[in-house]
Amino acid sequence: MSYVLTEEQEFLKSSAKDLLKEAPVALVRELRDNQNELGYSSDLWNAMVEMGWPTTALSEDLGGLDFGLKGLNILMEECGRTLSNSPLFSSLLAGLVIQKYGGQSHKEVLTKAVSEGATIAIAIQEGQHYQPKNNGTSVIGGAMSGSKTMVADAHVADHFLVSYNTDNGVEVVLIDAKSQGVSISKEFYMDSRFYSTVTFDQVAVDEKEVLSAGKGKSVVSYITNCASILISSELIGLMTEAFERTIAYLKERRQFDKVIGSFQGLQHRAADLYGEIEVAKSIVLKAVDALDENDIMAPALCSMAMAKTSKVAKTATNEGVQMYGGIGMTDDEEIGFFLKRARVAASLFGGYTYHLNRFAKMSGY
Amino acid sequence: MSLDQFREEVVDFLEANCLKSMRKPILDESDTYWGGRNATFKNEDQEKWFHAMAEKGWTTPTWPAKYGGGGLSKEHGIVLKKEMTRLGCRPPLLSFGIWMLGPALLKFGSEEQREEHLPGIIKGEVRWCQGYSEPGAGSDLAGLQTSAISDGDHYIVNGQKVWTSYADQADKIFALTRTDNSSKKQIGITFLLIDMLTQGVSTRPIKLISGKSPFCETFFDNVRVPKANVIGDENAGWTVAKYLLTHERASIAGASDSDVMTPISYYAKSKVGVDKNGVLNDVMLRSRIAEWEMDAASFKFTMDRYAQEMKAGQSIGAKSSFMKYYGGELNKKKYELRLECEGRTSLAWDGEGFKGGKVARQFCRTKGNSIEGGTSEIQLNIVAKHILGLPS
Repeated sequence: MSYVLTEEQEFLKSSAKDLLKEAPVALVRELRDNQNELGYSSDLWNAMVEMGWPTTALSEDLGGLDFGLKGLNILMEECGRTLSNSPLFSSLLAGLVIQKYGGQSHKEVLTKAVSEGATIAIAIQEGQHYQPKNNGTSVIGGAMSGSKTMVADAHVADHFLVSYNTDNGVEVVLIDAKSQGVSISKEFYMDSRFYSTVTFDQVAVDEKEVLSAGKGKSVVSYITNCASILISSELIGLMTEAFERTIAYLKERRQFDKVIGSFQGLQHRAADLYGEIEVAKSIVLKAVDALDENDIMAPALCSMAMAKTSKVAKTATNEGVQMYGGIGMTDDEEIGFFLKRARVAASLFGGYTYHLNRFAKMSGY
Repeated sequence: MSLDQFREEVVDFLEANCLKSMRKPILDESDTYWGGRNATFKNEDQEKWFHAMAEKGWTTPTWPAKYGGGGLSKEHGIVLKKEMTRLGCRPPLLSFGIWMLGPALLKFGSEEQREEHLPGIIKGEVRWCQGYSEPGAGSDLAGLQTSAISDGDHYIVNGQKVWTSYADQADKIFALTRTDNSSKKQIGITFLLIDMLTQGVSTRPIKLISGKSPFCETFFDNVRVPKANVIGDENAGWTVAKYLLTHERASIAGASDSDVMTPISYYAKSKVGVDKNGVLNDVMLRSRIAEWEMDAASFKFTMDRYAQEMKAGQSIGAKSSFMKYYGGELNKKKYELRLECEGRTSLAWDGEGFKGGKVARQFCRTKGNSIEGGTSEIQLNIVAKHILGLPS
């Protein structure tokens, strides 16, 4: 268990910082204002693929960099700082799942995808909330029907990992996006990113494309764990950046002939938030290591990390807007972008109450 | 001696001298030994254990041997501590002399002062108490007014201290006194050692909301104190005091009671009950418990993280204020939840069946966690100023 970065990890972090200098928050605004149809910069995504980012956690025999989840924690935190969007999240998540539960054919699709920058999107959620146990999607006579919501990067995906119900419980299958009966409806959300509703109408399912048949419950649980790590890492970057910007503003903005950061009412709220961010960082790092090491406590820790970061990210962005005051309410000021991204990120793959409940159940109450 | 050899020696020694009864968890005050002229042993086992440790200087394992300490290296000290923890050995001696005054003497005291005072601390012969706060100087500690007026080679001390832990049991007190009123209040404070038997010193216990009286008021009425008893320089006592407060904050943040290992949800499950799926019957309480356990785990891993960062050479600095703040607030919330989980029996104040009102009294005691050693508000001021760099 290590909370301190090794030299290699430090190097990964600084190279991530360097690349993301090209993708400041201003880029998010630009893509939004130009109504870019991808919702991200393809130049940036190509650069990430060239640097091997989608392979960061993959083992060497899959052509990966073998950093484990720790490496993803570092990358996602940096993406959170600049609110940078790309299909990276979906690619990383698909890579983790296929590496652990995929067969040979899945791994071939994966290695091709990560080297070319093709996307495998994860389609689990249905309806309004992430409730992976309530699956309406089913396969009858080899044909899958159902509808998935909030699917990140579906509009650029070549493949989907889709969960569906059987008499024996849930399964997860790899589906080609070009299959007959797949339709995608792209929707634009408050974080200036696209998510889609993906409908499967009598889509033919090849049983060989099911991941670890019979173990679907474990696959879905692992997806939830890995997504928690990726999103909570992003939220750590997001909340840290929002907090640092807020503190800088408190030192600059003057009222009543003083900088407002000298007022104790604001100082105590800022100091309290500092502490919440400190403990949120620690629980995420602990969960990352636990999942990397296959620790039996890992699922509970992942849920704690996700619950804690979604709560603190909301507080940090709320306090940001409030302490910026009127200017914080304007679109000109960037703090609002942090507020909006935090809300969407903190609901993907289960938000605060979903994960708190999951943690409590795992703890036996 | 190699660490492995030393470990063997330690285990043999502990097995021989720390009898079974001294390896059970401490249940109440009478299970502890504080030393000093007022002390008595609870039983022979306690006496044997204390003397065996004091003789080897292992009441203070890493203090220099020339004062009677154990003279162990840091690494050997860790081995001893680990083996004691593993075997469940009680600390042989509890002492503000060990935790507070000793470190100050080792850092700021003269050789004569160390020779005079350290052996008494190590052997448990002298019990010390701390005289910092005053009725008019709590959070604003530097505003203290207990005066020490020069009179030849003595000071004449007048004033009142409050929250002096166990002053009625102590032999001596280390106190902050005002020796200069003419400049900035942090300057002009002197760190003074005073014998509690000196004419003019008196104490009065303070009864707390928990019903217990660990603290006293201490009065000084024309008390003559030799100038040789100044630690550090005259008017430079604030430096010594700040050094000790950092020690105190770290120990309050890490303070734990015997229930610390039992998850709150355990009490809730047995006292509130669960439904057929094993979910707590009170779902509103359940979510608050889960939130607390999440925060407590996050805080614990933060302490682990800081320990690793320190080992890697990073400085912790004002983070001790954040730890003290967060740890204190967590403990208060924990006892709020315990009362809600346990209900009726946790509200009882007296009686055999209720363990003498243990939970209710502990609950009351936790309210002090965000007051003692610098209030939560003071800690937030320190974080804002020294970590976030916000101006005053």
